[in-house]
Amino acid sequence: MKTLGKTLVLSASLLMAGCATTGGHNPEDPLEGFNRTMFEFNDTVDRVALKPAATAYHDYLPSFVQTGVGNFFGNIGDVWTMVNEFLQGKVEHGANDFMRVAVNTVLGFGGVLDIASEAGLQKHKEDFGQTLGKWGVGSGPYVVLPLFGPSTVRDTAALPVDWYGDLWSYTTPVDVRNTGIVIRTVDQRAALLGASNLLEEAAFDRYSFVRSAYLQRRESLVHDGQDIDAKPSSGNGDGAPDASTKSLQP
Amino acid sequence: MNIVKKLSLVFAAVAAFAYAGAALAQEAPDALIKRVSEEVMAVAKTDKDVQSGNSQRIQQVVNEKILPYVDFQRMTALAAGRYWREASPDQQKRLTDEFRALLMYTYSGAISQIRDQKIDYRPLRADPSDTEVVVNTQVIQPRAEPIQLSYRLEKTPAGWKIFDMNVLGAWLVQTYKGSFASEIGRSGIDGLIKTLADRNQKLAGNVARTGKMTAPAK
Repeated sequence: MKTLGKTLVLSASLLMAGCATTGGHNPEDPLEGFNRTMFEFNDTVDRVALKPAATAYHDYLPSFVQTGVGNFFGNIGDVWTMVNEFLQGKVEHGANDFMRVAVNTVLGFGGVLDIASEAGLQKHKEDFGQTLGKWGVGSGPYVVLPLFGPSTVRDTAALPVDWYGDLWSYTTPVDVRNTGIVIRTVDQRAALLGASNLLEEAAFDRYSFVRSAYLQRRESLVHDGQDIDAKPSSGNGDGAPDASTKSLQP
Repeated sequence: MNIVKKLSLVFAAVAAFAYAGAALAQEAPDALIKRVSEEVMAVAKTDKDVQSGNSQRIQQVVNEKILPYVDFQRMTALAAGRYWREASPDQQKRLTDEFRALLMYTYSGAISQIRDQKIDYRPLRADPSDTEVVVNTQVIQPRAEPIQLSYRLEKTPAGWKIFDMNVLGAWLVQTYKGSFASEIGRSGIDGLIKTLADRNQKLAGNVARTGKMTAPAK
């Protein structure tokens, strides 16, 4: 799976180099031509395989099983979150998530029960892309990766490190590992069913909607939501929208 | 209690009563967000019709509890950016109406998904003289990261009005802005209005067919 992922990212970068001259006029998305193709591809994969699997999983499996699966892989993910928190100097969060993993692994039967959340230890999520961002690495242009979806050049570069830090990827035997990766993927997709159905309603141009939402969200994650009121409402770059609305006000 | 004190109390009570209307209009932005959020949460958690996604009931809740506090025209103008000024007043009105309808469909779908969440209100960091503020809240949900939810409000003579909203770090206006621009670039403002209208018609069809606001999981 890892090798497959690496091959995909590598071929994606090659493809991108090929398409680098094409694309639109959005300064954040010079690879728009390539990205739109990948977006379509991912969408097809999702529609044909992933979403039906996730829907069946969501509809037919007892909810306590789904919760257990989510908790189990979530607990493994918490370890890598903790490492990234320490790398970003967030000692308090790091200690919190260390406690989470300890409590859930020991008292929660290997992470199947999320006792730590009940005890008020808040779950967090950090990856190496966020750590790089915190260290001052800019995101670079928007990239849609095959199968992995929306990303940026920085986050793509960070992805192999995240795989390296994913404890599940060291599980043996390999068929157990691969089955686990499939279950984890389906479980994560199932958790997003509500949101993705909402998105289908909300967006009339899903590509640009997802792009803008993803870029803003990643930026906010890097700063842990601290700068939320510092941003202009309009995104800007094209004139002064404020002036345009002044006349509306009585 | 002496008579002067009594009189002043009566006077204060009368004054308070007389100015209650005005005072309500001047409700602080964070207090407004808290009140509206709590009212919507309370209905969403107790009302069986809302929970089952009953479209009529949800629309009623949205119309009563949320709409009076949202400035859709400003929201639409910001999303349209520089194209807003090129639009005729009639186009501006139709665009605002269609955008409002689209947001209503999505927002209503979200309300029916409220279950055991609760909302955490962050202290307001603003100067009393500010006419634009951001109110930050967080939706706390079991076994998951909190969902960041912020509102941008503007002070108007009719009280504070929401004109932008941030979900999980992404501002609504900015998120729609790219779609608006590319659609206008392709087929003009009327093209954008038509795209929105078509989308709304489709959503209305879904609602009419199922009686529910949420998109069916395909």
